[in-house]
Amino acid sequence: MLKNRIIPCLDVDKGRVVKGVNFVDLIDAGDPVEQARLYDAEGADELCFLDITASHEDRETIFDVVARTAEECFMPLTVGGGVRTVDDIRKLLLAGADKVAINTAAVNNPEFVREAALKFGSQCIVVAIDAKRTGPGKFEVFTHGGRRETGIDAIDWAKRMAEYGAGEILLTSMDRDGTKQGFDIELTKAVADAVTIPVIASGGVGTLDHLVDGVKSGHASAVLAASIFHFGTYRISEAKEYMAKAGIPMRIGERGGK
Amino acid sequence: MDVVIIDYESGNLRSAAKAFEHAVDELGGGSVLVTSDPARLADASHIVLPGVGAFADCKAGLAGISGMIDALNEQVIARGKPFLGICVGMQLMASWGREHGDTEGLGWIPGEVVAITPNDPSLKIPHMGWNALEFEPGIHPLLDSIDPGSHAYFVHSYGFRADDAAHVLARVDYGGPVTAVIGRNNLVGTQFHPEKSQRVGLHVIANFLKWRP
Repeated sequence: MLKNRIIPCLDVDKGRVVKGVNFVDLIDAGDPVEQARLYDAEGADELCFLDITASHEDRETIFDVVARTAEECFMPLTVGGGVRTVDDIRKLLLAGADKVAINTAAVNNPEFVREAALKFGSQCIVVAIDAKRTGPGKFEVFTHGGRRETGIDAIDWAKRMAEYGAGEILLTSMDRDGTKQGFDIELTKAVADAVTIPVIASGGVGTLDHLVDGVKSGHASAVLAASIFHFGTYRISEAKEYMAKAGIPMRIGERGGK
Repeated sequence: MDVVIIDYESGNLRSAAKAFEHAVDELGGGSVLVTSDPARLADASHIVLPGVGAFADCKAGLAGISGMIDALNEQVIARGKPFLGICVGMQLMASWGREHGDTEGLGWIPGEVVAITPNDPSLKIPHMGWNALEFEPGIHPLLDSIDPGSHAYFVHSYGFRADDAAHVLARVDYGGPVTAVIGRNNLVGTQFHPEKSQRVGLHVIANFLKWRP
């Protein structure tokens, strides 16, 4: 039986983790590779790096981070943030990423998703959707970290991206992101039920029950969380066991590491 | 041991190379070469064919390298070198692929590659994530000291339907059985990605490298 996945996400700026775990066993808490190793050892099902580096000249740092992670962690790695061209994707994959998340570039040019899926295969193309509630049961796609509206309906957009060859949707509720109030279940369920590809729920996780809700009520295939793991509120292994006890099929007791 | 991973521009070979390098080091050393040069297959002790994307594209990519399919047939079929196909690299061993039209495979293991059709409509396609391997303990050295029920990482929408059930070494359940590991003589293939399957995956790679078919 296929298991639901927990995906810890790390925000990386100029090659450094912005908000990181502060466990004593880390030699360098700002090193994304150290954090990745920790999550791997804890049995994370995948890893996600979100590159938030603003300046173009510093953007090369992510390739080194990805390459060093791929040396140590033999698990799926998704990289998002600033993926705009076929060449960006190629460089990330060659560095050792398995999937790339495309967000703004998809909105600016939907054909880019089609082109990327044809070239590299749907399995490595994740379309990231940042959605905001604009009315009862209405959700709109936003870009630029939720600052720019697009006028595009989030559910229609998810369907279109699946049609264009996206292999997975990473769905973030901009209303819930950072609030610790839980996923926007209505949004998650609406998108997950509308597409045949897997949906990763993101934005708003504050408790382990929120993870359970994302799968049970939101119908997500995977749940992504950042701060509850970053700050050591919960360990990945603890979260997985909690979800399993709630009746969700999880991969328990298998770890990464060498 | 000298592992050759065939590069025919299908996806990311760095993580596969890293995982094999790790396994080779653990087993006492050797080389891991990623190459698109058919001549290099002659020096290989083990040959690995990865692959992501569509069957037809992968077959075209492989056929597009002059002499590669001949070199594979010579080294793998005629000389019997241990061969591991991963994901679409495993599917290519079939007689036929039915993705995006009908495409002839390498024809090494009789069968065809068809869309997976879970009997539960709520199950997503692609089949993506960690699924539990089902197999008879002791069925094949590739799965030595791996417990049935261990998880491996899958991402695919098509699966290998073998003509002879004896060639299916392990399955997973995804609204019905899906072939996870296939094998015949010196040939093995995994639908999952051992290079992405943490310790279980590294174990499969090490088993492959230790295997003397």
